[in-house]
Amino acid sequence: MRTDFAFIGVMLVTAFLLMGVAVFAASLLRPKKPSPAKLETYECGMETVGDAWVQFRVQYYIFALIFVLFDVGGVLLFPFAVAFNVVPIYAVLVVILFLGTLMMALLYAWRKGALQWD
Amino acid sequence: MSVIDTINNLIKIVGDAVADLVVGILGAGQIADLVIMGLGALVLCTAVALTFMGMTWAERKVVARIQNRVGPNQAGPFGLLQPIADGIKMFTKEDTTPASADRWVYNAAPLIIATFALLTFSVLPFAPGVVGANINIGVFFVIAVGSASTVAILMAGWGSNNKYSLLGAFRTVAQLVGYEVPMLLNVIPVIVLSGSMSLVDIVQRQTLADGNPGIPFIVYLPLSALAFFIAGVAETGRSPFDLLEAESEIVAGFHVEYSGMKFALFMLGEYVNTLAVSIVFVILFLGGYAGPILPSYIWLLIKTALVFFVFMWLRGTLPRVRVDQLMALNWKVMVPLSVVNIIAVLILAKVFVTSPGLQSANGGILVAPEAQALILFVANIVILLSGLSIMARRARVLRLAEEAQIESRRAANRATASNFIGGAPAK
Repeated sequence: MRTDFAFIGVMLVTAFLLMGVAVFAASLLRPKKPSPAKLETYECGMETVGDAWVQFRVQYYIFALIFVLFDVGGVLLFPFAVAFNVVPIYAVLVVILFLGTLMMALLYAWRKGALQWD
Repeated sequence: MSVIDTINNLIKIVGDAVADLVVGILGAGQIADLVIMGLGALVLCTAVALTFMGMTWAERKVVARIQNRVGPNQAGPFGLLQPIADGIKMFTKEDTTPASADRWVYNAAPLIIATFALLTFSVLPFAPGVVGANINIGVFFVIAVGSASTVAILMAGWGSNNKYSLLGAFRTVAQLVGYEVPMLLNVIPVIVLSGSMSLVDIVQRQTLADGNPGIPFIVYLPLSALAFFIAGVAETGRSPFDLLEAESEIVAGFHVEYSGMKFALFMLGEYVNTLAVSIVFVILFLGGYAGPILPSYIWLLIKTALVFFVFMWLRGTLPRVRVDQLMALNWKVMVPLSVVNIIAVLILAKVFVTSPGLQSANGGILVAPEAQALILFVANIVILLSGLSIMARRARVLRLAEEAQIESRRAANRATASNFIGGAPAK
């Protein structure tokens, strides 16, 4: 098991280096003639007005919140699924109750109109 | 060892020979282990990068055929050298960084997306014994590493300091984050049936061997397979869910500002993610490398090519969905259906057990594996059909309401128009 995780580490380093080498080699091969017009932010030919780093609509945040609900639920479900064959039927009922709670939360968000994109 | 065995284990034999050679030169020890791992990782990365080139060619050719075009046909026979020509162009293209961009974030994003796309392949089994790392949390690892692309895309969109990029990045986060939920949920039934998160064990469970019927999980769980596939298409941001780079709305989404090699790395990340999702789908639902007669890696290749063909087919035929449709499909259809499906699978797999040991421990009805597969199949299909019929009924109600509204507006317009008979009112 330890060598397996070591391989993942080696793979991470190798992949990163390989991609880095590709970018570095391209930087040796490519022309480099920057000009102020070239370095402007692209906006279909118009001059950019203002920054893009602004406050954004809140609806994305609400979807992220609903996602967190299910993501944490998923983390709890994975170990249960692995141990499924050794747990008693009582544990299955508890997990079904847990899933029901998650669905109640989704239903609440649904009824409140959080899932309505406009 | 016979010829057939040699062909079947070709990858493993070559790998072992190289490992022996390295140990012969350096002597057994941690340094030799590290060198062997490095070589393996290098071969794996190179193979995946070469597959990426092949995939770009195949996709352009197949989509062209679907749209009644010829596709690339100038560079080499059948345009086979087109990916190489593209590569040379990417290498020699000028690469600009916008003056107002956040340089570190902007330059790191393509490296991160490509690295993590390649990292997924370290846990995928390609043939018996040919797997980079057989870890006991394989499925979990794949999903966790796959979601790193979300971070990279957000970095690219935010770092570019471009309004189109930012719009694309926010859409991406909403989409990828949302579709991760059905992906997670539909892996659960597979883990329940195989009793392990290791991808090697999951393939083993679908291979014809002692005690295993050799039935792929798509027969047990057609609904899970369908939902996982749809989530996979959305997760890789491909058509019809390519809102993150909807060129008719936001130019190219999060990679508007990228050019040259960095753009190529984004393309690589996208295609390699698609390949990874195809292989994971094959491993989870189609039995991985298991198959009769042909060598196992050939089977994996055939199945993956078929799944990738469906990806290309969808891209060639379906129009892009709207943002609200995308969100509604995920949160109002796929997530509830997946949860209902999980509950059904949990109950049925506990009630209908296949081994006497489990029966003596927890009770339940002892059935043959084939019977269990049939029961789960029927349950999945029933849930799918009832879900679809509820959707159809709801859509009908909505459509009738809309038609009634249009009709009443028309009637009002007619009433107003009839007042003007005999001359329009003077302005």
